[in-house]
Amino acid sequence: MTSQIINAILLGGYYALLATGLAFMYSVMRIINLAHGTLIVLAAYALWVLGERLSIPLPAGIVVVAAAMFALGMALHHAVLARASRGGELLPILATFGVAIILDNLIFQVFGADSISLAPLVGDLTWASFELPGSLFVGKISVYILLASVVQIGLLEWMLRHTGLGHRIQATSQDRATAALLGIDTARTAAIATGVIAATAMGLRAAWGPYSGSVQLLFAFEAVVIGGAGSLWRVLTGALVLAFAQSLAASIHPQGFLIGGHLAFLAAVFLRLRGAGWSFTALLKSGVRA
Amino acid sequence: MTPRFQLTVTRSSATSRTTNGLMLCLAVLLALSPWLFGVGGSARAVALLVYVLLAVMWNALAGFAGLVSIGQTLFFGTAAYFTVRLADAGLDPYLAILASIVLGAVLGWVTSLFMLSLKEGEFAIGMWVLSSLAHLCVNLDPLIQGETGTSLISLNAYANASRTSFTLWLALAVTIAFFVLLVVLLRSRTGAAITAIRDDEAGARSIGVDVMRTKRTVFVLAAAGTAAAGALWLASNTNFQPRAYFGVHWTAYMLFMVLVGGLGRIEGAIIGAVLFFVIETWFGSYGAWYLVGLGAIAVLFALFLPKGLWGWIGPRLPGEAIPTGYIVEKKSR
Repeated sequence: MTSQIINAILLGGYYALLATGLAFMYSVMRIINLAHGTLIVLAAYALWVLGERLSIPLPAGIVVVAAAMFALGMALHHAVLARASRGGELLPILATFGVAIILDNLIFQVFGADSISLAPLVGDLTWASFELPGSLFVGKISVYILLASVVQIGLLEWMLRHTGLGHRIQATSQDRATAALLGIDTARTAAIATGVIAATAMGLRAAWGPYSGSVQLLFAFEAVVIGGAGSLWRVLTGALVLAFAQSLAASIHPQGFLIGGHLAFLAAVFLRLRGAGWSFTALLKSGVRA
Repeated sequence: MTPRFQLTVTRSSATSRTTNGLMLCLAVLLALSPWLFGVGGSARAVALLVYVLLAVMWNALAGFAGLVSIGQTLFFGTAAYFTVRLADAGLDPYLAILASIVLGAVLGWVTSLFMLSLKEGEFAIGMWVLSSLAHLCVNLDPLIQGETGTSLISLNAYANASRTSFTLWLALAVTIAFFVLLVVLLRSRTGAAITAIRDDEAGARSIGVDVMRTKRTVFVLAAAGTAAAGALWLASNTNFQPRAYFGVHWTAYMLFMVLVGGLGRIEGAIIGAVLFFVIETWFGSYGAWYLVGLGAIAVLFALFLPKGLWGWIGPRLPGEAIPTGYIVEKKSR
């Protein structure tokens, strides 16, 4: 029981890593990026190629992949997002979904259907664990992932509240075009950094395949909706609730894991209907201005 | 004092009369396909009708009500599942299809009660979550056996040839019914509200349009139409494997058809569906590359020709092809 609770908390840390980039990019660009999960999966494949095929150590690989993803992010922004967001609210959704479909299937063509993992790159760390009182063992990687998510959210929150960029984002939160002029590059760098960290975490904790992107997007999205408006810390709360709901449902029925998460999402939507103004859209309104 | 000019108000034009003629010819051709193209041709004709239905319904949702849904497979997949379940319980498979369409409308209404409170991207992915939830729940059914799936076995009560013809005629009748329903809706008072919302939601609300009720009407219609498409696809393919019905590739198809044809126009959706049918016939065997191509074309249209092919063709024709508004002509006396 205790170990299930601890594992759910650690899993929540991973979901928070996934969700922070989505929420942060939304707060700056006002776009829900439907290619979010796919881009994380793509970064994980890049890490795998560098580590497994070219024998580059993981930390160096992370730096290289972050640079490559930054270039890709720039290209996607100028070729797709900037143009799509001028055409109203629907086009960015359609365009980013189209990008996800293209990338998912390209990845499948290049890497095939096999599931792969980054675990071999870190050797012993994969199965290393901390021993807690009561002879409970928790995986070191999961603990590091949770720590990374807390540090990441702390840094981003600090950036939003205490730096010039954060104030500019507050000032332009209602105006996508102006937001694009002010500090968008820095914001994107931060978002891409969170994405590459999430990709590393995804690759280390489990195997993934070419079409894993959509599940990662759904987890990230559910964590944000369950967490609700307020601040990025609420994303962490949402991620924890999501992980608890999944773990609880998995203990009730062997195939209940995903269903539990989806039901938690529905419950969050119902709660919001009762009128607390609890909305993804309001993330920035009450969040950054607080 | 007599007015110095006379106003004539009409719906029809040379364009609309030609379009009516063309659509009538197409309907007759499709109805006759068991004799013209054989069993294989009839199955392809059902596929075309399913694509038209999906495109027209997704367009009604995204183009008219401004609701982009990534998860319309919720209705497509559950309708196929309901059909399998009802047929397994002893209902005639064709009656099961009709019942599933009604159940699709009911599911749409229930879903609309809470999902329409979500905005844009939230709604889009939220529908995907629901579709995924329905997929997982269907997999739990012992009749379906997870991803293994099952078949609409009771269709075997009908001989193969007559079954194909019957499915085709049912598909044709259902598609025409939904098409007529949509045109009637668009020509009604609600249709005026829909057009107002499409053009400017805040503006429509400010002049007293009940935005939520109007969107709900479109959403339920789209749910029923998409459910019909799913049940008909099952009748044509007989196999029910959950992944083949809840798969996100269906959303990619809908997106492609509507974006290429023209968002917000019925004509565009139909052109998109026909174009998709042709492309699928030629390139469908290329697997993942085919999906890459579809996605790329859809994105290019979204970026460079957001009104699609009909947005380019439509204004160059006199009048509307499928008129939902009126043409007012002023003649001096």
